[in-house]
Amino acid sequence: MKARSKRLMLVGGGVALLIAAVALVLSAFQQNLVFFHTPSEVAEGKAPVGKTFRIGGMVEDGSIAREADGVTVRFAITDTAKVIPVTYKGTLPDLFKEGKGAVVQGKLEAGVFQASEVLAKHDENYMPPEAAHAVEQAQQAAKTLSQ
Amino acid sequence: MTRPERGPSLWRFAAPQHFYPLAGRLAPWFAALAALLTIAGLWIGFVVAPTDATQGQVYRVIFIHVPAAWMSMFIYLIMAFWSAVGLIMNTRLSFVMSQALAPTGAMFCFVALWTGALWGKPTWGAYWVWDARLTSQLLLLFLYFGFIALTRAIEDPRRGDRAGAIIALVGAVNVPIIYFSVQWWNTLHQGASVSVTKAPSMATTMLTGMLVMAIASWMYTIAVVLWRVRPMILERERHTEWVAAELDRLAPGAARKSGGRA
Repeated sequence: MKARSKRLMLVGGGVALLIAAVALVLSAFQQNLVFFHTPSEVAEGKAPVGKTFRIGGMVEDGSIAREADGVTVRFAITDTAKVIPVTYKGTLPDLFKEGKGAVVQGKLEAGVFQASEVLAKHDENYMPPEAAHAVEQAQQAAKTLSQ
Repeated sequence: MTRPERGPSLWRFAAPQHFYPLAGRLAPWFAALAALLTIAGLWIGFVVAPTDATQGQVYRVIFIHVPAAWMSMFIYLIMAFWSAVGLIMNTRLSFVMSQALAPTGAMFCFVALWTGALWGKPTWGAYWVWDARLTSQLLLLFLYFGFIALTRAIEDPRRGDRAGAIIALVGAVNVPIIYFSVQWWNTLHQGASVSVTKAPSMATTMLTGMLVMAIASWMYTIAVVLWRVRPMILERERHTEWVAAELDRLAPGAARKSGGRA
């Protein structure tokens, strides 16, 4: 019984130490573990400007515009506080839509983000089309009521 | 030799000799349940459940992806649990259980990564990104491979058991990292649609299909592990009389020959 409780202490103590070590490492590398920065972080100068990085947020409503050449797209990424204009040349993923989440990778040049890759970010909500339609109508109704 | 009977107790099944026949008797029932639930779950998921408003049909991957991902994390935690029990209590069966679980966990982990990649291309626009969720899940697959390789590579089973148990316990730290990665850091992977702290953010039939598939994967895991554990017990206990008798029953004559060599 003595040896058994000693082994319990050893295993328990070892796992506890390990968790503490991993927690310290993860909090130290916090900045490198984020997949993207928000437009507000970019505005605060927290993003690695000059290097390739990613910005994530919502595609601003009414911001998508195609250039005359047909392949260059302009839009804006927002986190509702700050807005960053983006230009991108290439095909967009199917789920890329105004008002939906997106992550863009590229460089910030003179206030405009030159994206080399655009990813759509899906949220955790799954609903049938009829339900989505109902939600949309309810939001429209709320908007007209508040006006 | 035998201890005085103290009435029926679950503890007696901690002995390989008693667990072996129990596993053989229970496994077919769990396999049958797994088959029934899989058929029901796939039917709900692919026939009954509606399409998703934004993703269309592609979302149906969740009926396989989510249960597989849950199971891959859960199995690793059970392996860590059995490893800790084995290290502390010195029980023979515990290490066998964790080693029998590993291949199934690795399989579910691979399925989760693979279906996720197939879903990621049409939805995100990329098969793979190095965000915290995907990277930690890939690390889980490598931990499974490491555990399997290490326990198989070490000749002496006692040393192999201990080495594997340490990988299982160390690697278990990764499981909460996978689970909470979508909350702790910005990730491309979406947050949890189903959790204990909030109401699920998905339609009821979709949720039902996913949960039925999750229970089916539990039943499948239990059945497969019970079947996998039986020959492992025979191999480890091959010097005992009951195994000699069992082998003689399975293949009359053959057991005596191999017994003579050992």
